[in-house]
Amino acid sequence: MEIELVEIRDHLFSHPPFRNLPRHVVDDLVPHIEVSYYQAGTMILEKGQDNHYLFFIRSGAVEILRSSGELYIKMGEGECFGQFSLLRKKKVRYPARAIEDSLLYKIPDAPFQELADTYDRFADFMEEEHSVRLKNALGRAGQISGNPLMISKIDKLIPRKIVTASPDISIQQAAVIMTRNRVSSLVLVPDNPVQDPSPVTGLITDRDLRKRAIVPGLPLSTPVRQVMSTDVITLPAEAYAFEAMLTMMRHNLHHLPVLNGTRPIGVITVADLVRYESHGSVYLVGDIFRQKDVNGLADMAPKIRQLFIQLVNEDASSHTISAIVSRMGISISQRLLQLGEKKLGPPPVPYCLLALGSMARDEMTLVTDQDNAFVIDDTFDPKIHDPYFKALARFLSDGLNQCGYPYCTGDIMATHSRWRQPLSVWKTCFSDWIDHPDPEALLHASIFFDLEGIFGETGLAGQLKQLILKKAPDSPRFLACLARNALLRKPPLGFFRKFVLEHDGKHHNTFNLKRRGSAPISDLARVHALACGAVPINTRERLLRVKETSLLAEGVGDDLLDALELICMVRIRHQARQAESGAAVDNNVIPESLSSFERNHLKDAFQIVSQSQSFLRYRYNVSPAMQTRVRTGQK
Amino acid sequence: MIRSKSREKPFPVDWPSRFRVLGNQAKDPAVRAFYQAGSVSDDTPLKQVPFLALDLETTGLNPQTDAIISVGFIPLYHDRILCSGARHWVVRPEQHRPDIQTVIHGITHSRMDACPRFDTMLPLLLKAMAGRVIVAHYSRIEHGFLRKEIADLTGDDFEFPIVDTMEIESRKHPVFRPNLFQRWMGEKNSPSLRLAHARERYNLPPYRPHHALTDALAAAELFLAQIKDPFTVDTPISDLLYPPSVKT
Repeated sequence: MEIELVEIRDHLFSHPPFRNLPRHVVDDLVPHIEVSYYQAGTMILEKGQDNHYLFFIRSGAVEILRSSGELYIKMGEGECFGQFSLLRKKKVRYPARAIEDSLLYKIPDAPFQELADTYDRFADFMEEEHSVRLKNALGRAGQISGNPLMISKIDKLIPRKIVTASPDISIQQAAVIMTRNRVSSLVLVPDNPVQDPSPVTGLITDRDLRKRAIVPGLPLSTPVRQVMSTDVITLPAEAYAFEAMLTMMRHNLHHLPVLNGTRPIGVITVADLVRYESHGSVYLVGDIFRQKDVNGLADMAPKIRQLFIQLVNEDASSHTISAIVSRMGISISQRLLQLGEKKLGPPPVPYCLLALGSMARDEMTLVTDQDNAFVIDDTFDPKIHDPYFKALARFLSDGLNQCGYPYCTGDIMATHSRWRQPLSVWKTCFSDWIDHPDPEALLHASIFFDLEGIFGETGLAGQLKQLILKKAPDSPRFLACLARNALLRKPPLGFFRKFVLEHDGKHHNTFNLKRRGSAPISDLARVHALACGAVPINTRERLLRVKETSLLAEGVGDDLLDALELICMVRIRHQARQAESGAAVDNNVIPESLSSFERNHLKDAFQIVSQSQSFLRYRYNVSPAMQTRVRTGQK
Repeated sequence: MIRSKSREKPFPVDWPSRFRVLGNQAKDPAVRAFYQAGSVSDDTPLKQVPFLALDLETTGLNPQTDAIISVGFIPLYHDRILCSGARHWVVRPEQHRPDIQTVIHGITHSRMDACPRFDTMLPLLLKAMAGRVIVAHYSRIEHGFLRKEIADLTGDDFEFPIVDTMEIESRKHPVFRPNLFQRWMGEKNSPSLRLAHARERYNLPPYRPHHALTDALAAAELFLAQIKDPFTVDTPISDLLYPPSVKT
């Protein structure tokens, strides 16, 4: 029979899951369809009723509600609902309501079941929860990406056999061995592994020999032990190439010994990695540290932007891109303080620069304002020493601003006297936050719980981290307050088609993918990580740690990791598109500008975040009563 | 054929008795069967009325000189359209007319040669229409052409109850053409009553026009949307019927 209802057939056939069915199957389905029209505001499915149809939205929009009446998801043209009650032959659990005048195609139970029985992909699509769809999407995207830096293990990159020697040989002997073996570095291993269990005692390079032996005019018989680098940073053979790159960037290294267990098997150099990456980010860090003044550092900003675009085009993961961009920000902060100390003289007492928020989490993008603080040694005497630190903070803050990291609007910068304190004051401050939690105050302080010492006496930062790790897990009120705050930023569930439909019924043409996407996940991860005393600061690493605990139900951690990667990737691509076109870069995404892949899977990701937020409320006893107590100011 | 232009409520037709009379007069068995299937009474609530959305594509607007070239229909109730009953026929006019219309309709003459003549499909059409109220957009085409064809083929008189989605739309948007002064004061023409424009107002999707079944479906969907407001499922059908246009 000639297919007659072409409009219905063609439309179904252009949308998943019908798109994946054979054409004649869709043709045969059409005569079974019923068409209904619902005015905005009318119920389509009531809770507890029997459902006999799969609903396909031809035009308009529909919202699915939770049994509590809360919004579960909003759907637009081309989406289906009603399958869960059909598949499980149960009464309707999630009611559906038209939020716009809507035309719906209704596929009756019998032909629906037949399709589900006959076509696995159709059944899978109908059965899939949002999390599964997202995972499959990321999997597919991942297959396309073949950046060797991301997929190669470093043991495959080792270009030549390792050359080792005893640290007790002379520098001349070392030079002879290196020349004979044509290597630029020599790994010094202990003669007696029982006495000295560390796999690598030291490392010496051509440059070290030149700078530390020849320039000072040491005798050729000097033991290499005297000039070698100690506390050598190494990586296990299973590490990926990009981890090696990040490690080199973090410590500004050019040689990195690789260990198989405890046995050194090779040395990776910057040159080895550069063959695998075209963007030269390793060199960029070196460039940063070579800059002589703030103007020179400010000139690095366009290069960092260029690197960012290149990494996005090479399909690097959002995790990698953010880590590299953060490393640039940290390097610039470090170099600024070196320059500041050169200008103002050495610090009168030890201090440490704290990176806070996204810089501490290694999650910077192209739009990140500066959040920093100083922890100063307890010998700090404000009257004598503060003018120095005040000036240093000003130098740092102005310099960062000039380099493209704008001043923090919340004034969380070391230039503010409150955020330039000796360790003891910081300890009291953190103890107070944890022991006497006040949600309103914590709202502005949560950023301090993502901290990393990045310059100076980093042990000072380490003590604060220890204090947090020790106190937080046993402070349910603190965790509850943090959880309550983590619920304030909600993902845009009403996001579909070309706009975001908010609770108040307003349409918005853009939404902030940081505030409503990645930040809610970071907030969630922080609460769980503090609850289980997890050390990492990075959201992804926090989730990986939390996943091992019983805090999250089976699979939820993985779902959140997928949601995080997708949201961050969309955000990063959005910024790269803006940067490439020379536009100002921001986090405000226009739904219409997204690809349908991004749009569809963002919805799934937001769904996962929303579900995890609901769980947070329950897990940490965030009760309305608690919020009331807070408003009355009672502690 | 006269189209009532007056806004005042016309004298209602008692369709069940009218069908009995016409049924007794009918000579053709198919036409007689159509009348004998009966018709809804004036006070039948919307929720109990079976409808059939019908669209004819023709070579022109004049039933006396133009011919039907395709028929599309789809049954519906007040709350749902049933695709299972949808039919679409391309039919062959009595004689070839090299009309430009055929280009618009996308039906070529060669394809039309392979099609049945309208008279062979008439019994099936009457069967589909039996007992149902016809829904059409600008129904004078359907009404006029069916009357003419049936009169030519059987000599019988053909009348049937219709709801016209264009007429319902005109009730919601009375015709108003502002004069120059009113226009200057910001008054605007009343909105277009054409099928596609009317559908837009109800957030219904755009369809490709000039396919009899697509147009029937489009009218059916428009009708479902129109009767949500200000009508209810209990509104008597007489409130929606097209004013009787034919006085015999």
